[in-house]
Order: sequence, then C-alpha cells, then structure tokens
Amino acid sequence: MTENKTLMKNRINQKLAEEKKLLSIYFTAGYPSLQDTVKVIEDLENSGVDMIEIGLPFSDPLADGPTIQESSTIALKNGMTTKILFEQLKDIRQSVNIPLVIMGYFNPMMQYGVEAFCAKCQEIGIDGLIIPDLPVAEYNEHYRKTFEKYGLINVFLITPQTSDDRIRFIDNVSNGFIYMVSSASTTGAKNTFGNVQQEYFERIEKLQLKNPQIVGFGISNNETFTQATKTAKGAIIGSAFIKHLTLNGIDTINDFVKGIR
Amino acid sequence: MSYQVNEKGYYGDFGGAYIPEMLYPNVEELRKSYLEITNKPSFKEEFDQLLKDYVGRPSPLYFAKRLSEKHNTKVYLKREDLNHTGAHKVNNTIGQILVAKRLGKNRIIAETGAGQHGVATATVCALMGIQCVVYMGEIDIKRQAPNVARMKMLGAEVIPAKSGSKTLKDATNEAIRDWINNPVDTHYIIGSAIGPHPYPDMVTRFQSIISEEIKWQLKEKEGRENPDYVVACIGGGSNAAGTYYHFLDESEVGIIAVEAAGKGVHSGESAATSQLGNEGIIHGCKTLLMQTPDGQITEPYSISAGLDYPGVGPLHSHLYKSGRGEFYSVTDDDAMTAGLELSQLEGIIPAIESSHALAIFNDKKFKPEDIVVISLSGRGDKDLNTYIDYFKL
Repeated sequence: MTENKTLMKNRINQKLAEEKKLLSIYFTAGYPSLQDTVKVIEDLENSGVDMIEIGLPFSDPLADGPTIQESSTIALKNGMTTKILFEQLKDIRQSVNIPLVIMGYFNPMMQYGVEAFCAKCQEIGIDGLIIPDLPVAEYNEHYRKTFEKYGLINVFLITPQTSDDRIRFIDNVSNGFIYMVSSASTTGAKNTFGNVQQEYFERIEKLQLKNPQIVGFGISNNETFTQATKTAKGAIIGSAFIKHLTLNGIDTINDFVKGIR
Repeated sequence: MSYQVNEKGYYGDFGGAYIPEMLYPNVEELRKSYLEITNKPSFKEEFDQLLKDYVGRPSPLYFAKRLSEKHNTKVYLKREDLNHTGAHKVNNTIGQILVAKRLGKNRIIAETGAGQHGVATATVCALMGIQCVVYMGEIDIKRQAPNVARMKMLGAEVIPAKSGSKTLKDATNEAIRDWINNPVDTHYIIGSAIGPHPYPDMVTRFQSIISEEIKWQLKEKEGRENPDYVVACIGGGSNAAGTYYHFLDESEVGIIAVEAAGKGVHSGESAATSQLGNEGIIHGCKTLLMQTPDGQITEPYSISAGLDYPGVGPLHSHLYKSGRGEFYSVTDDDAMTAGLELSQLEGIIPAIESSHALAIFNDKKFKPEDIVVISLSGRGDKDLNTYIDYFKL
C-alpha cells in the first residue's frame, strides 16, 4: 500500500491489515451538544466500532445531504470551532485506541493553517484526513509533503462516475484506503442498494486495486452494511448514526452499533 | 502580469477547482470541451444571432449628457439594462444553454439571489425547450415575489433553499448538491464569474461581449477605443468581468470596481468582500471571501440582492491583489441616492446593483476630459418596491 514506513505504522493501516470487515462511523463534532464529542468517540470504540470519522463542522458543506448539514449547523451554533475540537481531543489517546480520522472541508483547515492543522493532528493522535473539496491534483502539488511529514493518511473519494483510469490514478496516490462513494449523491441514508450499486461494487473489485476500499454514503443498517462489505473491506455510516443521536441522544450508541453487524 | 486564466484554472493565486470527486467528471467534461465548443464557427454564429435578434444587442453606449455636466466629466452608460430580461445576465445564459445543448444535457439547474439570473436561465430554457430547475433561498423567494412568478410563468420549477442562511450562498450549495445527485443529464448554469474552473473564465468570455461592443462604439463616438476608466459594480462579478475583459491588458484604461458596503464597511452589515474578506474557498474556487477567523463563511448584507454575496470571482481577487483594479465600496444610502439621481437626470431607473457603480462620483473625482464608461448592468423595475419604501414615494 505504501513505501512510507511512518504511514505503514499508522493505526489506519494496522486496522486495514486485520482480517475482518471494518465498520467505521462518522459523527459531527459538537453534536448534539458541544461537550458530547469525547463521549461519543469513547462509546463508539466500546461498542466495537473499528474506526471513527470526526466531522469538523462547516457552514457550507456542499457534499452533504440534509442530515449532516443540519448537524453541522447545530454544532456551529453550539460554538464548535477547530480550536475547541483540538482542545476536546487533546487527551483522546489516553482512552481510545482505534484509528481516528478528521473529515471536514478545506476552508477551515486553510484558515487554521494547513501545516499547523497537520501538526496538531499528529500531536493529538489523529491518523488521517478526509477532505471532500480538496482535489487530488491540488493535494499532490501543494500539500502531500506536509501531510506525510506529520504521518497523516489523506483519503480520496471515488464514485460510480469515476473512470477506471482515474480510479487507478487515485489508487496510486493513496496510501491507506479508498473512500468509495456508493452512488451519485450527497451523503444520506438508504435502505437498500440497487443493481447499479452492485455492478459498481463488482467493477471496483475486478480492478484489483492496491488500496482496500471502504464504502460510504447510503449505508444505514445491517442490510446495506452487508451488501457493501461483500466486496469492500468495510463501510462507513454517517447520516443514519446522526439520526440515531438526534432521536435517542448519546446514551444508546451501543444499541445502534449492535444493530449494524 | 496576465489577467487571463492559466492552464490550471488560476488567475494569479486565485481560482482552481476545489470540488468534491462527485463533481469531477462533470467539471472535467466542461473544462476539456468549453473552448472547443465555443470557438466553433457554428456556435459563434448561433450565439451572435441570438444576442442580436433575441437579446437585442448591441446594447447602446449612451452619452449621459446631464449626468456628465453634473459631475464635470464625460460619462457613457453601457445599457445592459435594455437587454431582454432586463440585465446583463442573459448574455451568459444564452452562451451556457448552447454549450449544454452541445454536451447533450437535457436538464438545467441554476442558483439565483434576486431572481435575475433565475429569470434569465428560465428564459433560455423556455427558448430551447429544456427542463429548468432554479434554487433560490427561502428568504429571497419571499423578498422577490415578482421574479419567482416570472420564472414559474416561463415554465421553471423554483425550489426553496432551506439550509443555512436561506439566501444566495445556500441556493448555490443546493444547486451544487443537485448536480452531485444528477451527474449525467444535468448542466449547471452558474450565474456569476465564480465557481470551479472553467466557470469563471467561461462566464467572463460570454459577458465579454460588453467590452467588445464598448470598444467599437467608443471608436465611433470618440474616435478612440479605450476610455480612461471602466466602472462596474461587483457581487460575484459577472457584469464587471465582461465590462473589463477587453481592457485588462490596456494599461491606460483604469479599472474600477464598486462593492456594496451595505450599512457601512465596518457596520457588521456589509458585502464589501475586498475590504472584509481574506483568501479562502467558496463554491469551488480559491478567492477572497468573508468568513470568521475559524473559516466559516459569513452572511453578507446589501440592500441590493444581486450584490449580497460573501465572495468575489477569482479574476476580481486577482485584480484587487495585483493592484490592477481600484476597489471602492458604496453604502446603501449612497447607492439609492445615485439611483434617484440617474432617474431624474437621464430618465433611466437603474437596478440598485448598477446604482452602486453610479455612486462612484462620491469617492472618485474624474478630470473634465476623462471618458468614464459605467456598466448599467440592469434596469430598476425589479427594485421599484425597494425604491418606493426607501424614498417613501
């Protein structure tokens, strides 16, 4: 997957090396309440989740559907900022061992300072970043060296519309996993996957990529998780988990996770 | 110094295509084909014919005699307000609908603030018989009822943007999300010189008809192609980009941009992006935008819905940073007064956006022999209620 030894030791790559199918959960930091971030992370790990994506809220999340938009708006109203998130996470590695990824839009990272942001991530023990609006070309030209200097894996997305050539290109520049967007859509829960998704999953499987794939967007329950992980290494649940938090609060995270697999 | 977009989609430090991978195939298709499509003689022929017979171009370059006397300089108005649908916006929507047709798209989406771009898009979709969906902030829908009715009458579906602040930037987010969800059959007609490359350049080229005409019209009237100054208001900056385009490399032509200061640049209710903004990413491009120190995009304010946008196009950020453009900001009050002045001196009721450009005389003194061309980007019909309320007419 990578020649870079620091990145080989990254918790994400260690987790990917395990035999099992991985369940990753996304949630918006500072949601439902500002101080819930750490408890949500700890409960997710205790419930058996393999990896967590911590959403850094943004005012204009254009790749996200209504559920994550709404949770971001509320998190910002709660007062969440990049600095506060880093402050909340400063001791997270004393209690949490699974890989932690920050998912957010590029503008707040730019304003914090990309290098300062990466340095802080390393200091806290963040393993990777997912930045939907930072294109591969910009990353390679301007930011790759900085990310790698701080031991961070940057995760790229592919979609059913991504050509085989481009998927190969993205596979070559990736050094962890590929985030496989399930359908042409913004984020949001679906109950089942149709033929189009199945064909897409099979097409990707046939490409025999170097990096394992984790499917995201539209995973909501045991059925979609099972379908997605038939060919992929794992799946990411976001909106369905946010909805669960909205309806049930933060005390029944274990019930949600147990319902998935 | 170059003011053209480079091969990577940048004007100096600004531009690029900061888009999610979901949009990559669409934007890449457009990037690869827009110049080839628009340079074809058959495209140019159809575009020129529609601009002439449907839009009513060339728009007059009018010597405003009484306004000139009042301000002791020579003022020409470029009358984009006389275009079909009442503003410059239609120059771009005609161009983009022809591109969309050649790309085989059968569904059009657009964002709109005041409704002018929405109406111009609905108009060309009706003309071509193509399905049209316009996203408009829920708050703007209430503020701009006549334009909503026009779009509906033209057969467009108007979808309220209910996220975030429920205004133009949120309508733009919703349009981008629609495009993500409909990647194959849909073309997104962006209304300003913003968005991921190649949009700023494509929109600028379609609007560049404005400065192309100014050149030959001024030659007829004054015996020279270049004025001393060109002046335009800037929200996202499409009329300004078109007004400046053919003068960018003519160093003797001063380029003047007028932003909306709202209730005052530092009042907390302003849209003066060059004064209040810093470099960041909005709607797919790196440019100057208004934001919190934490990088959250803030809500602008202007009495003019068309200038009520928290960023400026990347070309304009480059003009600002490089010093090629002179940037001014004009308050609501000064713009409204300038709009009334033009109405009573010249018998032309301008759109409030254009009134901002007309208020330049408060801030800048021109020489009596200077030739100043001001882009009168739109007509004031849509703003009549705002003028009535403001002046208690």
